[in-house]
Amino acid sequence: MLQFLLRRLGMVIPTFIGVSLFTFALIYLIPGDPITIMGGERGFGPEQRAELEAMLGLDKPIWQQYFIYLGNVLQGDLGTSYVTRQPVMSEFMSLFPATIELTVCAAIFAVITGLTLGILAAIKRGGLLDHTVMTISLTGYSMPIFWWALLLILLFSVNLGWTPVSGRLDVMFWVDEVTGFMLIDTLLSDEDGAFISALSHLVLPSIVLGTIPMAVIARMTRSSMLEVLGEDYIRTARAKGLSKRRIIVKHALRNALIPVITVMGLQVGLLLSGAILTETIFAWPGIGKWLIESIGRRDYPVVQGGLLLIATIIILVNLLVDLMYGVVNPRVRHSK
Amino acid sequence: MTETDKSLLVVNNLSVAFGTKDNPFKAVDRVSFHVEQGEVLGIVGESGSGKSVSSLALMGLIDFPGRVTADELRFKTTDLQTLNEKARRKITGDEISMIFQDPMTSLNPSYTVGNQIMEAIEVHQGGSKKERQAKAIDLLRQVGIPAPESRINNYPHQLSGGMSQRVMIAMAIACDPKLLIADEPTTALDVTIQAQIIELLLKLQREKQMGLMLITHDLALVAEAADRVVVMYAGQIVETGPASDIFKAPKHPYTQALMNSLPESSEGKDRLNALPGVVPGANDRPQGCLLNPRCPYVTDRCRAEEPEQYGPRGRQVKCFYPLDEAGRPTV
Repeated sequence: MLQFLLRRLGMVIPTFIGVSLFTFALIYLIPGDPITIMGGERGFGPEQRAELEAMLGLDKPIWQQYFIYLGNVLQGDLGTSYVTRQPVMSEFMSLFPATIELTVCAAIFAVITGLTLGILAAIKRGGLLDHTVMTISLTGYSMPIFWWALLLILLFSVNLGWTPVSGRLDVMFWVDEVTGFMLIDTLLSDEDGAFISALSHLVLPSIVLGTIPMAVIARMTRSSMLEVLGEDYIRTARAKGLSKRRIIVKHALRNALIPVITVMGLQVGLLLSGAILTETIFAWPGIGKWLIESIGRRDYPVVQGGLLLIATIIILVNLLVDLMYGVVNPRVRHSK
Repeated sequence: MTETDKSLLVVNNLSVAFGTKDNPFKAVDRVSFHVEQGEVLGIVGESGSGKSVSSLALMGLIDFPGRVTADELRFKTTDLQTLNEKARRKITGDEISMIFQDPMTSLNPSYTVGNQIMEAIEVHQGGSKKERQAKAIDLLRQVGIPAPESRINNYPHQLSGGMSQRVMIAMAIACDPKLLIADEPTTALDVTIQAQIIELLLKLQREKQMGLMLITHDLALVAEAADRVVVMYAGQIVETGPASDIFKAPKHPYTQALMNSLPESSEGKDRLNALPGVVPGANDRPQGCLLNPRCPYVTDRCRAEEPEQYGPRGRQVKCFYPLDEAGRPTV
């Protein structure tokens, strides 16, 4: 197990370097530069421009800039925002809880409904339920996320008035920031009804963000379940006289989950990237919105640092998933 | 020997059909046999002759779209056909249990062998975890697994094929079944291990006075191990009788052909004696006797009419022209 862990950790380092190079290079592909944008309509003269470039370190060759950047990153310094003059890391940390809250709720929605629908569809294969689930998940998977969000807002917020349109909390509440997670902070505060307000603000964004992962998980669970239900050891379990429930929960699901867990890990990347769009639609003050705005301002350190941090999180989550894989599957655990 | 009220298992006209209602394919066609306590019944036939499907039907493991019908399906005094699902499950794995062809895929890869044996005990007999564990270790010892105290924590992928089959046997006898169905228990194993597993099965059968249904295509094995034999072809029983009678003087041309195909009977020849052709599939079942396209003694009557079971109870043959003592057709 230790060897498995070390080998898996060793694979993280090249991935990280690749990602840092990619995020660094990517921004130079966007036309426009930060100094032009800072200058606004009046612009800077050539001298001012050179001075600013030297100050921001943009006068050096790109490869030099990359190594300086990488050196700083390895020391935990992601630079400061051109616009706010705040360290990227501290801005990220103050906005990250909002994104985490949204992503986690979306993931919970996706996993619970995806697994349930997938299992039910597999058990009732060929029936009405199976076809319904498969149609829903295919629709959910192929629907553009922004359009789906607008449809839900139109129905639940505008017509039915059940949920708020945007934001994290009703303006009538004032809640001190303790953890940055609105659900927890509202519980800690003495404002009545704040928790319910925070929760209702989360419902639509979570569903929107969780729809694609939910569809992927449902389909994967179904096909994996169907495969496992045809295995010899399921026949053995039935020959032991076990109840259907026990066969499905104990003998089938555990084995069917192995590929599903891998897929769930991959969905985390999708959730974080999907959060960018979802946050913009619902005016959710998280990383996504922050990144979109920074791209508009050509705020290089923020975009680079933000992307790098998100990528790092995705790498770590997938590492965690691989380790979980070892826990669920004894064959992985014992492999040398 | 004929069935009585005391028979362990009585099967009367069991059929299993797949396919649509209008165009059914009978994988098992009006099969009747019985098993007595403490007896080994051998069921022989080529691949596709309906041996495994019959046994799965007895276990209640035939799923939709398969349809099981029978005039009688009795275990001891219980009519298996009238039981609801829950009551049926209570017998399955407890009083009737089964081991399968491929032990490596028949064990759940995600759980230790101990867990899987203890589960059978838990479901049917209960008891504390400690008792169940002690019983599982004892069972592993009974099936000849060395160091059972540590083996109990092994996962299936850590065991060899022979060891896995021993674990399967331990699991099957965990609740002291009265009837054990062994569906080609040695087919997937190395030849050197096969004899050991059969020896183990027969030893346990004698010790526990179980009824054992030994399903196999290995005639030599049946000749040695079984008290009585049922020969199946294309879903039907073609011959039944005491093992010694059948092997001394087979009455059905199919049984004779099976015995001729044993390597021993081809000694001194370049090639083995094989019965030409294969078991007819779903869409090419012939009219009349199902064996007629492959039978060396076929007549026009065989092509037109289906023979019934002839002969005294307990020694029957489904052929118009059963072979005589010298193995010649009585045409």
